Amino acid sequence: MNLDFTGEETAFRQEARDWLRKNVPASPLPSMDTAEGFAAHRAWEARLAEGRWSVVSWPEEFGGRDASLTEWVIFEEEYYRSGAPTRVAQNGISLLAPIVFEHGTREQQERFLPAMADGTEIWAQAWSEPEAGSDLAAIRSTAVRDEARGGWVLNGQKTWSSRAPFAHRGFGLFRTDPEAQRHRGLTYFLFPLTADGITVRPVPQLDGDAGFAEIFFEDVFVPDADVLGAPGDGWRVAMSTAGNERGLSLRSPGRFCAAADRLLALWRERGQDAPQLRDRVVDAWIAAQAYRLYTWGTVTRLASGGEMGADGSVNKLFWSELDIALHETALDLIGPESELRGPGAVLDGAWMGGYLFSLAGPIYAGTNEIQRNIVAERLLGLPRGDNRRSGR
Amino acid sequence: MRFALTDEQRAFARALDDLLGGAGVPGISRGWAAGEPGAGLKLWQRLAGMGVHALRVPESAGGLDAEPIDVVVAFERLGHHLVPGPYIESVVLAPALLSALGDTRGPSLEALAEGSEIVTVSAPPMTPFALDADIAHHALLLADGRLSRATAGDLRRSVDGSRRLFAVGAAEALGTPGAAAVASALDAAALACGAQLLGAGERLLAESVEYAKSRTQFGRAIGEYQALKHALADVRVALDFARPLLHGAALSLGERSPDAGRDVSAAKVAASDAAYLASRTALQVHGAIGYTEEYDLGLWITKVRALVGAWGTPSHHRARVLSALTDESPGEG
Repeated sequence: MNLDFTGEETAFRQEARDWLRKNVPASPLPSMDTAEGFAAHRAWEARLAEGRWSVVSWPEEFGGRDASLTEWVIFEEEYYRSGAPTRVAQNGISLLAPIVFEHGTREQQERFLPAMADGTEIWAQAWSEPEAGSDLAAIRSTAVRDEARGGWVLNGQKTWSSRAPFAHRGFGLFRTDPEAQRHRGLTYFLFPLTADGITVRPVPQLDGDAGFAEIFFEDVFVPDADVLGAPGDGWRVAMSTAGNERGLSLRSPGRFCAAADRLLALWRERGQDAPQLRDRVVDAWIAAQAYRLYTWGTVTRLASGGEMGADGSVNKLFWSELDIALHETALDLIGPESELRGPGAVLDGAWMGGYLFSLAGPIYAGTNEIQRNIVAERLLGLPRGDNRRSGR
Repeated sequence: MRFALTDEQRAFARALDDLLGGAGVPGISRGWAAGEPGAGLKLWQRLAGMGVHALRVPESAGGLDAEPIDVVVAFERLGHHLVPGPYIESVVLAPALLSALGDTRGPSLEALAEGSEIVTVSAPPMTPFALDADIAHHALLLADGRLSRATAGDLRRSVDGSRRLFAVGAAEALGTPGAAAVASALDAAALACGAQLLGAGERLLAESVEYAKSRTQFGRAIGEYQALKHALADVRVALDFARPLLHGAALSLGERSPDAGRDVSAAKVAASDAAYLASRTALQVHGAIGYTEEYDLGLWITKVRALVGAWGTPSHHRARVLSALTDESPGEG
């Protein structure tokens, strides 16, 4: 057992650190969920791509560096330590790209991945529907075969689609066989958000910005070339992205370690006025450290052929709660002024912004209640019972 | 980077499980608490035969010169199976202190490695009492950086009946191991205690899951109810994230990293919190049967409560983490 890095890995870390130091914008970009901020974040994605840092774990031919999982975590540590902007391309890179690599055709890979890697095309997810949240398999949006045109006609409604107000393309599941059992008969589609028949209605979030949207589909034609994986196989295909989202790829430890370091800096400034917050500051740091070490354990396991499986739910429960606790502690340290946002607030209200973002953690990628069911049933072996009455 | 136990370490853990799983340890622990240590002393010898006692003794004295991570592996099993006795003192603390002292007036390292002599240690203010001073061959006192032999005073009761605590008084001086050696030895003791807590927490979770699967109320297994599922899932999460801190701290300690104290304290805090959550949840899942003296579950619950405060309270260790991370003066030292 060791935490020693190879010379190559250390050099990789140094190269990332040097590049980020030279290139990270000096002042924070506007929120990526505004038109101005979206454009600025896309420009940052292009800058990252120029340095070949936007998709380090991808193959070189698609703009990556063939980085190992270890190197990916190292990059993420450096990325967050540098204070670099939030990744507006995150949904595409983390959730869709692994599926395109695994299930996509060569033509799809060439058409979609380079444009994803340099921020030319930003992707929005289209999972939830008004009647299908935690119970994702209850989706009702349909896709009907159109043999004459060689494709499918989509109808229905998606909601809580992150990045959809400004994104170029979407990905999601539609029911192609209404007779099949609910997890079957689903198909994974890719579509431009500008397609005829698509209406995007932005939905402002708690922070006031349009971070997600509703998407309405009215006889939207999607050619066969934009079906990902086999028709009817969408659930299996989509579940591999769900594992990615709640597991390792969406929340790298660097993010929490950097936040814990900022919390310590805040404590050094303000701790003498709030000694009663000591234990919470320490616990936030310990939790970030635990998450970092746990991740190295996961990387070791995956590198030797293991799978994420239900451990992804353990992971998601931990980081989502640690994120909230860490931000709450920071707000309490800031004191009564912590409610302020924008210019004039402590760090322009960055802690409140981070706090509002953290509040979504226990909800997206499968609520924490669903995750606890998964941990209890799949890891602990507790009986399933009738939690999901219609779930068979 | 390879942050996982080796096959050899896993095999060692399994071998300890094989030995302890069939040894009737809860009964041995009850006997130990009642002042009948015979079976416990036999177990002491059997564990010595497995090499547990030799782990931290140098090869030159017949030991294995193993790493702190091996100690973590072994002590997690001791906690899981509820093994009573001064293991932290004899297996971890005494070898470290006596090796640093480097003279022959104290207990011999060879005898420690063989398990033929039992050592107990009091290290006030963190550890004000010595376990099992009446049956130990050597009672030691570590105070103000000085190690001396100790005389045993009265037996004091612990919430964990198998922890037989004795007040001690200083006797013949043995020497001064040096501040760095003392700090490192106490860190190793706290880490071993954390590992025991993790093992006890895992056992409490396993017992609770089995109980929740078999106990029925309102016509179904109580483990079908989400209230219990979610509470038990939270225990799984807490234990899963305490373990890497223990392993990471063992690496820091083994490398004599300047962060070792901080990392050990973080691990002890997390292991205490996780094991304590496991104990509270276990009691709630079991209900009244878990609250009885007769049912063995309570042996783990009371042990966890005692170990949470042993070898540095959570408050002590949190203060140490913070003072290592900032430049404040340390809280309780």
